[in-house]
Amino acid sequence: MSRIATLTRRTFLVGSTAVAGGVAFGIYLARKPIPNPLLDGLVDGEVALTPFVKIDAEGITLITPRADMGQGTYSIQAYLIAEELDIDPATATLSPGTPGPAYHNATILAEGVPYPAFDDSFVAESLRNFMAVPAKLFSVQITGGSSTVPDGFDRLRTAGAIARETLKEAAARRTGSARGDLKTQDGFVLLPTGERIAYTDLAAEAAQIAPVGDVSLRPSSEWRYLGQSALPRLDMARKCTGTEVYGIDLEFDDMLHATVRANPAIGAGIAQFDSAGAEDMRGVHSIVQISQGIGVIADNTWRAFQAAEYLDISWDYPEYPGSSEGLYQELEAALNAPETYDHRQRDDGNVDRALSGGDVITAEYRVPYLAHAPMEPMNAVVRVDGESVEIWTGTQIPVFVRDRAARIAGVKADNVEVHVLPMGGSFGHRLEMTHVEQAVELAMAVPGRHLKMTWSREEDMTHDYPRPASVARARGAVSDGQVSAFDLSVSQSAMAPEWLERLSGRKLPGPDASITTGSWDQPFAIPDYRVTGYRAPSMVPVSSWRSVGASGNGFYHDCFLDELIHAAGADPLAERMRLCMHEPSRKVLEAVGEMSGWNGPARGGGRGRGVGFCMSFGVPCAQVVDVAQTAEGIRIAKVYVAVDVGEVLDPTNLEAQVFGGVIWGLGHAMNCELTYEGHVPDQTNFYDYEGMRLYQAPDITVRALTNGPSIRGIGEPAVPPAAPALANAIFAATGQRIRELPLNKHIDFV
Amino acid sequence: MKLTVNGTAHEVDVEPEMPLLWVLRDELNIKGPKYGCGVAQCGACTVHVDGIAVRSCQLPVGDLEGEVLTIEGLGSPESLHAVQDAWIAHHVAQCGYCQSGQIMQAASLLEMTPQPTDAEIDEAMSGNLCRCGTYPRIRAAIHTAARTLSEA
Repeated sequence: MSRIATLTRRTFLVGSTAVAGGVAFGIYLARKPIPNPLLDGLVDGEVALTPFVKIDAEGITLITPRADMGQGTYSIQAYLIAEELDIDPATATLSPGTPGPAYHNATILAEGVPYPAFDDSFVAESLRNFMAVPAKLFSVQITGGSSTVPDGFDRLRTAGAIARETLKEAAARRTGSARGDLKTQDGFVLLPTGERIAYTDLAAEAAQIAPVGDVSLRPSSEWRYLGQSALPRLDMARKCTGTEVYGIDLEFDDMLHATVRANPAIGAGIAQFDSAGAEDMRGVHSIVQISQGIGVIADNTWRAFQAAEYLDISWDYPEYPGSSEGLYQELEAALNAPETYDHRQRDDGNVDRALSGGDVITAEYRVPYLAHAPMEPMNAVVRVDGESVEIWTGTQIPVFVRDRAARIAGVKADNVEVHVLPMGGSFGHRLEMTHVEQAVELAMAVPGRHLKMTWSREEDMTHDYPRPASVARARGAVSDGQVSAFDLSVSQSAMAPEWLERLSGRKLPGPDASITTGSWDQPFAIPDYRVTGYRAPSMVPVSSWRSVGASGNGFYHDCFLDELIHAAGADPLAERMRLCMHEPSRKVLEAVGEMSGWNGPARGGGRGRGVGFCMSFGVPCAQVVDVAQTAEGIRIAKVYVAVDVGEVLDPTNLEAQVFGGVIWGLGHAMNCELTYEGHVPDQTNFYDYEGMRLYQAPDITVRALTNGPSIRGIGEPAVPPAAPALANAIFAATGQRIRELPLNKHIDFV
Repeated sequence: MKLTVNGTAHEVDVEPEMPLLWVLRDELNIKGPKYGCGVAQCGACTVHVDGIAVRSCQLPVGDLEGEVLTIEGLGSPESLHAVQDAWIAHHVAQCGYCQSGQIMQAASLLEMTPQPTDAEIDEAMSGNLCRCGTYPRIRAAIHTAARTLSEA
């Protein structure tokens, strides 16, 4: 009989402290030990030392439950475990594991608390810890919010250390030595005699003893993998040889291929449809009406696509406006209306008094709906057989997928097995699960057979659950060459509550922090300083998009700050630094100034530089973008980036994530938007939703600082400062202040 | 219908208008070439036909003339092509979904232009979309592969 290792003492201490304040969420339930999902699948001779390490006679499996959509999570999770376990992770099997509560994500909900990330006061920390309780209760095994590293940094290393010490204890008992005299190296326990015993050889004995919970973690100076440059990504060779298996690549002998056409007004129904002609097309197995649309099942994906195009469907319309014009009218109407007030988490000084007279600077801003459009369109393979359902898909929310599939198929959640596969991008798209719901319904029509459902690019783009559009009104004042007052109001549909309700069926009470995340929580000390969120009605279903609330708020806050600084006649970098009251943030501004040789925004000859700054996910990130006005349009010549993640675990991948975040931010700011007519997005493929191409990609220089008090993730924080830095640079080069994205509505790019 | 892929002859029973991409993926189970857009806008499906990079999603198999090379035929984890080797050395891939196409496009570029300038790289590679933003490392890796190939 195996024993469950207590989750790390440290986690439980933190958890317990947190729980002490958590009466409302049910202390007793949260205090219960979390079931270990690995124990269900264990056969004799295997032992699960902790939920993150599995060892048997055949080898070592590292469980890396946070999903990999390209950001390198599988690798970094494996390195975190391996660093303490003392193995080369390239010799281990990596598995995303079976979705379960032991893999809950405590960090992601903590980012929703109403304290800015730079506030590490007792109250803020207590509330962050307190939020770990509902994460456990709701089994929130979510990948997102740049949380994999902060959530796993201690937990995964501790798991590795517990496993290592327990294996040493097993070896000590076998050989009659003291555990303290033993060492470990590359998967072996080393005895004082020089003899070596493989971990795999000790697994069965380790299962018989209580896990050693009293472990201490190695200081970074002793790290062998973490912190090293050119740390190999464990999936790199597969991805460069076409041998990585994404969801879309799965193949089973009996597999049918399917696609779906669903109402682009997601959730609205079908008025009528005619499948005449499509049924008789070559390779078509059947045409099935499902709750969200019409599915075509065929013997080949292309044949399913062809038949789906042939379907004649008319859709029902939802009640919200169907055109961009109408959608923005709703957003404008909600702005500053008392009945749509949502929250005000920043209210310093007395803004009303400061802006009641004198010269008030005002500006209107807006950002569009944006598709995630990962390169791999949504897909899922499902097999429904009697009382059991098996699902293979790329998802950030495997527990929600499991539970939803169970409900659709009318089986117990325990009878649903979810296999999480590497993803060809996500950017937040796979925080939704419509494609899995559709695949389950279709698979129910062909019981016993594997069915792969693949969206066409057009279906993917028009069912994207985009980044919410929003509008903002900004007012401010300057005096004596300084920014003195700043007042920002933002109106947006309630993204986070709508999303959680779609996933869990639970209504989330309270404000939607995502409306102002990235503006209310910036580390500046402006004497009169206020940020207010207004909740527009639910319209186009919207979701998290790489950097979430900060994607739009970073643009609003930093561009308007730039406007005020210009009005004050101050230097954009120097005034941001003067206003900044958070030392790690001031340091990234200073660093980016030094890197770029900053000497003011105007460069002459149609060249200009813009500063962009945003703190998101606890990471201050400053950027300087250098642009040139050419005959063909604006050319982005150079980008300098400084970030502070507290501790750098993988410098090579950090740089990659910053490159990616900057290019993501700049590309969408240049030329991407979803516009609507008749409830259908006008943009359906990459020819009208292009983003950045290689010829437009600037040279990017990155510096990572480590002044922050705790370790942070870097998947998203480089995104928010890019758009404002670009808009501010265009202003410096041309004198044109653009307050609406995408920028190419107002200026051409090379 | 007959076609040769990575040196192996295949016979498939499909309509001639089926794009080569779907013949490869769903009929021959060659999954390296990826579906991204279906309209030659992203390049994820890029393969070589007689050494020339083509978008397999836009090539009806009935119009295919020549031998097909996919990423699987370019090199393998055990025997890497110089471009793949450079890609790994520069840690290019993030999600990796577009990289089969990027690598096939780059290999074709270096076949035609062994020492490309940045401008020539921009010209050849800008039809291959990468949503993760790996472009800076793609540029660097192509220069490295060019050096390796010229020294070989």
